[in-house]
Amino acid sequence: MSLTTSPQLSRWLPFEWIVALRFLREGRMQTAFIIGGVAIGVGVIVFMSALLSGLQGNFVKRVLSGQSHIQLLPPKEVVRPLRQKGTAVEGAIVQAPLQRVKSIDQWQSIAAQIRSMPDIKVVSPAVSGSALVLRGDASRSISLNGIEPDLYYRIVPMDEKMVRGSARLASTDMLIGTELASDLGVGVGDKLRITAANGTDNTLTIRGVFDLGNKGANTRTTYVTLRTAQSMLGLAGGVSVLDVTVKDVYAAERIAQRITLQTGVKADSWIKTNEQFFTAVSAQTTVNTAIRFFVALSVAFGIASVLVVSVVQKSREIGILRAMGISRGQILRVFLLQGGLLGLGGAVAGSMLGGIALILWQTLATNADGTPMFPLTFDPWLFVLALVLASVTGLVAAFAPALRAARLDPVVAIRG
Amino acid sequence: MTTNPPPVVQLQGVRKSFNVGQPNETEVLHGIDLTLLRGEFCAVMGPSGSGKSTLLNLIGLLDRPTAGALSICGEDTTTFDDRALTRLRGHSIGFVFQYHHLISAFTALENVMMPLLADAGFPNATITARAAELLDNVGLTPWKDQPAARLSGGQQQRVAVARALAMNPVLLLADEPTGNLDTKSADAVFDLLRRVNQTQGTSVLFVTHNPALASRCDKIISVVDGQVVDGHAEHP
Ligand SMILES: Nc1ncnc2c1ncn2[C@@H]1O[C@H](COP(=O)(O)OP(=O)(O)OP(=O)(O)O)[C@@H](O)[C@H]1O
Ligand SMILES: [Mg+2]
Repeated sequence: MSLTTSPQLSRWLPFEWIVALRFLREGRMQTAFIIGGVAIGVGVIVFMSALLSGLQGNFVKRVLSGQSHIQLLPPKEVVRPLRQKGTAVEGAIVQAPLQRVKSIDQWQSIAAQIRSMPDIKVVSPAVSGSALVLRGDASRSISLNGIEPDLYYRIVPMDEKMVRGSARLASTDMLIGTELASDLGVGVGDKLRITAANGTDNTLTIRGVFDLGNKGANTRTTYVTLRTAQSMLGLAGGVSVLDVTVKDVYAAERIAQRITLQTGVKADSWIKTNEQFFTAVSAQTTVNTAIRFFVALSVAFGIASVLVVSVVQKSREIGILRAMGISRGQILRVFLLQGGLLGLGGAVAGSMLGGIALILWQTLATNADGTPMFPLTFDPWLFVLALVLASVTGLVAAFAPALRAARLDPVVAIRG
Repeated sequence: MTTNPPPVVQLQGVRKSFNVGQPNETEVLHGIDLTLLRGEFCAVMGPSGSGKSTLLNLIGLLDRPTAGALSICGEDTTTFDDRALTRLRGHSIGFVFQYHHLISAFTALENVMMPLLADAGFPNATITARAAELLDNVGLTPWKDQPAARLSGGQQQRVAVARALAMNPVLLLADEPTGNLDTKSADAVFDLLRRVNQTQGTSVLFVTHNPALASRCDKIISVVDGQVVDGHAEHP
């Protein structure tokens, strides 16, 4: 904009913009201070919002890299108290039943039904149950997961998690975690004897060792082919879990409800199973919104007070402008624009401040190994939103002073 | 033309009171009749506080009479709303005041452009050229890019005259434009107004306390205690 550097008037700026910009430029100190104030407020909001969404995004990514978005499980076995003709309870104390590995009824057709629904990416059948692994004198209890690698790896990319060996599974192969491997002192190519709960025995070769990023999972979780698990767990042809991934992870709960409705099988989304986290996030979001509101309020008051002073200082010039035939509407717009421009200028400076703070955070707040605590994504929309909101706030704040300027009696204003 | 053009300014029984309805209500102008013809250059004289500025503000449509009729170029303005008054003022009337005439955030040239710019909406080459020409007429071309505040009083007043003429008004209202200037600058500003009056046919109301300057006008009206006392018309 040539307006701020040379005496030439920009040909693209309308009259009101030219006057507003000149007035702001003339009141250097006031303009600089209020822009500084707005910038601090906007900077804090930008920084906080990015931090919050970074935290959330990081959590979501960590959770979802190791599990599906929706899980279908067979109904739990429950025991209902005996009732006599529907009212009186006969046996009041009910013992929780032992949970056996159960198959999902009609899982083939249910899986096909889900695959045909919109927004679904992958449906992967699996069987899981517990088993015992024996090696010499040592025995460990493990969770045996029978999967169809082609489908399951599209949900959990096991090839990326392999530390040794490969993720390719044949019917006599298994994958184990790093903890279990070191506990038992075994490696790729070694054989392990697995005993299932019903006494079925099988010897499997370790094809690869993985790291799921979680000590418990690395100790207990093992993978075999679906067929192997089915025969060991006595569930020939059946599956105990259907893992589903969807296109929009945040739509998972809605889709899960639709699946339950249409198939009659209980479907839990990752959002439901991580409810606590989302409660915390929404509390944070509420606090964040409140802070935004109060920052906006103080920005508005700051801009309004600067403009009130400016109207008083400029009242004689406003009177002269009116004498020259400049309308009330034009005067109104000149001052509204100043408010909007102060908001916008503050937001631009504040976005830069916030951006710098985020970069500093990335480099300073690091884990012991020097990697950032969690990676922050720079969401351009956050900045756009900050600019729009601050400009609108400025416009609104300018309303009262602008109205006052427009209503100045030119005679009184010129007399001074 | 069979009929003469209507007078540029016509006042009939114009009264002006301040603080209407309050205990300190005062009537400043008590029934003014006044006619200014096209091309007339008229001096307004009178003691301080007699109501000269009040009269000019009414004629300039900056304020409204409490009673009476006020026409500009034959248009009765009593029923006009603020928008219509502003429009008529912008297009037909130019002001020159005693003090603080220029917008300090702008240069001399930009000050002259202001009324044109406000009317056109956007800057353009025509506006710039017109402003430069006006500034040249008042002999200020070398100062055109100076911030207004850095000009001398006489120079500022000449810029103000150039600005008042930007819209090519039929009427120029000058409220003691020379009151704050030394004799030489005052003469220069007066000559400028006189020349504009003679070349463009602009009617001028010129408030002054200076009898020498007043005597060089087409006619003189005297305002005393809010009334026009019989002026002695002088013809060159
Ligand atoms: N807005 C106002 N409210 C109240 N009284 C006013 C107002 N404006 C002017 N007056 C009064 O009206 C009277 C005339 O004032 P005006 O400014 O018209 O005088 P003037 O002839 O221009 O004087 P001067 O030669 O000193 O400029 C004065 O007594 C003044 O106090
Ligand atoms: Mg006066």
